[in-house]
Parts: sequence; structure tokens; C-alpha cells
Amino acid sequence: MPDNNNCINCPAYNSGNLVKLGINMTDFDYVVALAGNPNTGKSTVFNNLTGLRQHTGNWPGKTVARAEGAFAYNEKKFKIVDLPGTYSLLSTSTDEEIARDFILFGQPDVTVVVIDATRIERNLNMVLQVLEITDKAVLCLNLVDEAKRHNITIDDRALSRELGIPVVPSAARQRVGMPELLNFIFQVAAGEYICKPRRISSDSKSFNTAVDKLVSEIEKEFPGLPNARWVALRLLEGDQKIIDSIKNGELVNLVKNNYYTS
Amino acid sequence: MAETLNPKEKLLNTANELRWEVGENFHDTLLESIYKNAADITALTVNHDNKGRKYNFDSVVDKVVTSRLLGFPIMFLLLALVFWLTIAGANYPSRFLSFILIDNIHPFLKDLLFFLNSPWWLTGLILDGAYLASAWVVSVMLPPMAIFFPVFTLLEDYGYLPRVAFNMDSLFRKAGAHGKQALTMTMGFGCNAAGVVAARIIDSPRERLIAIITNNFSLCNGRWPTQILIATIFIGGAVSPHLAGFVTAAAVVFVAVLGILFSLIVSWTLSKTALKGEASAFSLELPPYRPPRILQTLYTSLIDRTLIVLWRAVVFALPSGIVIWLVANLTVGGYSIAAYMINWLDPLAFIIGLNGVILLAYIIAIPANEIVIPTILMLTVLVTGNDSAGAGAGVLFEIDSASQTGNLLISSGWTLLTGMNLMLFSLLHNPCSTTIYTIYKETKSLLWTFVSSVLPILIGFVICFLVTLIYRAL
Repeated sequence: MPDNNNCINCPAYNSGNLVKLGINMTDFDYVVALAGNPNTGKSTVFNNLTGLRQHTGNWPGKTVARAEGAFAYNEKKFKIVDLPGTYSLLSTSTDEEIARDFILFGQPDVTVVVIDATRIERNLNMVLQVLEITDKAVLCLNLVDEAKRHNITIDDRALSRELGIPVVPSAARQRVGMPELLNFIFQVAAGEYICKPRRISSDSKSFNTAVDKLVSEIEKEFPGLPNARWVALRLLEGDQKIIDSIKNGELVNLVKNNYYTS
Repeated sequence: MAETLNPKEKLLNTANELRWEVGENFHDTLLESIYKNAADITALTVNHDNKGRKYNFDSVVDKVVTSRLLGFPIMFLLLALVFWLTIAGANYPSRFLSFILIDNIHPFLKDLLFFLNSPWWLTGLILDGAYLASAWVVSVMLPPMAIFFPVFTLLEDYGYLPRVAFNMDSLFRKAGAHGKQALTMTMGFGCNAAGVVAARIIDSPRERLIAIITNNFSLCNGRWPTQILIATIFIGGAVSPHLAGFVTAAAVVFVAVLGILFSLIVSWTLSKTALKGEASAFSLELPPYRPPRILQTLYTSLIDRTLIVLWRAVVFALPSGIVIWLVANLTVGGYSIAAYMINWLDPLAFIIGLNGVILLAYIIAIPANEIVIPTILMLTVLVTGNDSAGAGAGVLFEIDSASQTGNLLISSGWTLLTGMNLMLFSLLHNPCSTTIYTIYKETKSLLWTFVSSVLPILIGFVICFLVTLIYRAL
């Protein structure tokens, strides 16, 4: 999007005053998680926001641990966590567990899902799973420059409507879209933008009844739990970690934390 | 009974009952629903105009670089090209750095300390030990790394590495390992510790363990310079000059490929014995080719890789230089400690076609593979008393080109066999201490850490022994 360049270079455009804080992560106000498929540019977004130089590379499996950094925006301090790139949150490999557990138990104030605009359908699988776990998310529709080259046009407003979360078209390598992304991160974190995330719907009746029944049971036992549906889905799959977290009360802490922050 | 259950257990019981009701295909139903939702949303929001011809560029390139016929030859050629560029380009800057750091700064500092009335042992420890070891590391390692890493990173950023993994995938599955091991192995070409951590992308613990144990067979950053230097001297030196560059590059590629071969053989053996099981399936996405941002790649690969590896080498070279100077200068009964150790290691070393100096160097250099060559050179000067190029016991000397290094080694009794076996041993020996620690952190098992550390060195002994037998029989 070369036509925007003059705007981007203008100081007024960045008036939200992004301050890259690197690894200085003391006294943060909000926690931001960065999730998404491998190779969509998560680490590039992370580097743009924090000013750090987390190594990036054009292949899956580059980041397998969490990297953390910080930035300040609109006088609030944000801690941002770059999660391993994964295709789903349903399997048992260590990288997926790290990503899943952080979104579920780390209780980030915003989860930014970075997706590849040239591979939307496959990337949406991951987005839908994230939206089952958390209400507060922003979609960073990255690599729109490549999509354009490949003659792919995306109606980002319709996408935002379908998913119920803000959608920011971006080209992180050229730093396009970063100010808008920051703005939405701030709005969602501060509660100015209320997300209405899409839930996975199924055609299978027995599936829906089972999920609905379990969700109401869970909500009875843990009122205020933000991700009862995800917990229900995991219980129906027999996820030992979730079963344990119910037994040992970790899930209860989650609810408490949620009350305190909201 | 139901009344005595606490609510949590009741909840879990309900969940269990519902699981029975929904049946085994819950997971599939869930995945289907996710895919269907994703497809619906995509249909509503994305419009793909297929007329563009650029979109096909990727698949055309992919057809060539991952083809059955051309995939492997292209891979070998690209690797050889990278090495050739490194070998051809590194010589002059190496000479220049050595001229500055060793020919000029070292004598200047020596005069300065002499002027300040520093005692001889302090001058020796600081200048002839610590300073020279570091200066040597910088002048020998910086130029090849400054060429190798950016070129390699360009390939990586363009998206070639996943294609390598794609080519290797079927081989790894046949070896009973996970196809993703091809990715962790490629990662190991940069750093084995990183490769071991990258094994987290593998789902099954069995296959993950195989990937961790065999990662050391990928030549890492610290070992490329050894391979390149020794190949230049002994392999390149054995053929006519106009072929030398090509043959040297081919020799290094050969050792790297040999490492991949060992990776496969050991994986196969493990999956048939201690770690029995079937290989699991997975899907590997070939990312689109992305034009690398050349300047940024040059910058980050210089900062992230070259300088970090170099810094690590210098950090380890400083104390090692001191240790080497000490073992070379502390004497017991008229002989230095180093001389005792080398004499003691020599018989074993002779059997496997190496020498005591090399084995001692590998013991001193456990913290970092990067300092093996400097250590060997320092010890060689000491044990042979060959100070034509330097200034006495345990002192690094001025070597401003590969050919001078070669002259020194050859005059100390090194042969083509020593060179070949050193290259093999550099591939097949214990991982550096950082990697060993990382393996322990990832596996949480002393047994597997021990296996990963000892297995390669045993294989190394056996292979070097066999090569020696054949070489001496000819």
C-alpha cells in the first residue's frame, strides 16, 4: 500500500506515542499475547512493538518458547508475550501446550492473533480456537501486501463482523498497520471495545447438546468463568490438564483473577 | 452416593457421561466444525482472482527444488556454493586481521608491558595466553562467519530450509523418526542447543527423544570453521590448485551429508531397539518464498549470529588461553603438564589416526567447539617445540594464512589421514557443554543425556579407527 506512505512517515500519524521498552517489563498495566500459525510474522510484529530483535525466519518451528518484551502506549505499559507459532491448540506437543496454557491460565488482557492473508482459511482454524478460550482478541491480518500481489482481496470489515473482533490489515515487515494495531490493542485492553467473539457452531446435534449441557454445569460451578465453552470442549475430549486444573482449583483462581481485573 | 460427591467431582462425572454419549468421534466432529466455520467465513470475506500468474511462481519453483530427481542434487549444489563462497572469500580478510591483531598489536602490547616492568609470567598469562587465543579466534573465525552466516540466512529467509525438510521427510519416516526431525536437524546446522530446543515441535515423546539424541550429527556453527580450515589445508592441498576450491567445498559438503546419514542410521537403530514405535504422520507447510530483505538480513545475521558466536568463542577462548598457557608452562619433573597429558593420550590417539594434541584439545574445548583449532595450534607449538612461527612454549604465533597453518601442522607430523580423521572426529564427538545441559533440561533424564553425549564419541572412535585401518593398509 504505497499510497499510505506519506501518512505513515508523518509524526502526527503516530500520535498515540508508542514507546518501545525492550525487556523493561516492570509495572505493566496490561498483558498482550501474540498467537498465530507459524510463519505469519508474529515475531516481526513483536519486534516492531518492543524494539527487540527476536530472530525471525521464513519457516515453521522458529519460535518454540515464549519471548517477552514491553512497550508503552497512551501512557499505559504493556507486557507482550510472543507465543510459539502453532497450527492448532488441540494437540499435546510442547509448543502448542505453551501457547494454549498461556492464553488460558496466563489470562492476557488482549490476545493478538496474527494470520497470513494469503492463507486465510487455514489460519482461521487457529483464530476460532483462540476465540473459544478468550473474549478479548484482535486479529492482525498480516502480509496483505503479498495477498495483493497474489490477487487476493479481503473484506476486512466483513471479517471483523463475522469474527466479532477488530481486524487490522497489516504488512509488519514494512511496518504498515502497526499504529492501527496498537490502537485496537489499547481499546480492547482498556475495555473501550467490547468483543463479541464467534463461537464454533456444529451441525451435529449430539455435539451441541453435550456442549451446551456441560457449559451450563460448568457455569453453575464456576460462575464468571470467561471460557466455560473451551473448558467444556476440553473436558469432552478428556484433556487431563483441564481435569487436573478443576481438581486442584487452578480453574477457580482463574475465575478470581478475572473478577479482580474486570 | 451422589450427595456425598463434591460439586467438582460431580462436574467431572457429568463430563465423563457426556463423553460416552457423544462417542469417540467427538474430536473429529469438533475439527469438522472448525473447518466448516473457517470455510464459511472465508467464502464470505475473501475473493481470489486466479488470473494472476505470479501466484504460480512458487509452485513452479517448488516443483523443481523438491522434485525426486533434482531435489537432492540442487540441495548439495547450493550447500557447496555457500561453502565455496566462504572459502574463497575468507582468506584475505583473515590475513589482514591477523596482520593487525597479531603482527602489530601483540608486539606493541608486549613492549608496553615490558616497559611497565611486568613480571614474565604475567605478560605470558595475559598476552601470550588470553590475548593471543582471542586474537586468533577473531582472525580465523570472523571472516568465514561474516560470509557464511549472511549467505545461509538469505537462503533461510527466502524459504529454502522447509524445502530441505520436505526433501528429507520421507527418509526420516523410513528411519522410524518423525518427519519434523528434518526441521530440527536443519536447525542444528546453526546450533545444536537450538536444534534440541526446536524438537519441542514434535508431538510424540519417543520421536522427540530420537530427534534430540541425533541432533548432534548436524555440524554446528562452532564446527564449520574447523571443517573449512582443515579441508582447505589437507584435502584442497592434495589436489592441483585450480581444483582446490571446488574439492575443498565438496569435502565439507561430504562431511555434512555424512552427518545426515549418521542421523538417519542412528534414528533407525534407536527406533528398532530402545525407542520402538511407528512414525507418526504430520503435515508440513511449505511457506511462500519471500524476497529476503537483503540489507536487513545482512545486518541481523551479522549481529545475531556472527557477533554472538564470535563473542561466545572469545569468552571461552580467554580462560582457555590462560589454561593452555598454564598447562604448557607449569612443569613437573622437567616436563610440562600438557606434555604428560599428550604423551598419555598419544597411544589411544595413534590407533584412531589422530594425535594426543587433538584429543587434549577436545578435552579443553568441551565448553565450545569454536576454540578447538586455536587450542590444537597452541598445543602443537608447545609439544613439537616448533617455534619457527612463534615465540616459545604455549604461545600462539603469527599465522597469516591457511598455508602457513598447514606448514606448521605438516612439520609436526600431520598427514592427510590426520586431517581426514580430524574432520570426521569434529563431526562425531560429544556435544559442547551448552548442548549437553540443554539436552538435560529438555529430557529431564540423566540417562538420555548420557546416551546423547557418549554415543557420538563412541561412533567417532569406531569410524576413525576403521578409516585408519584402511588408510594404513593401502
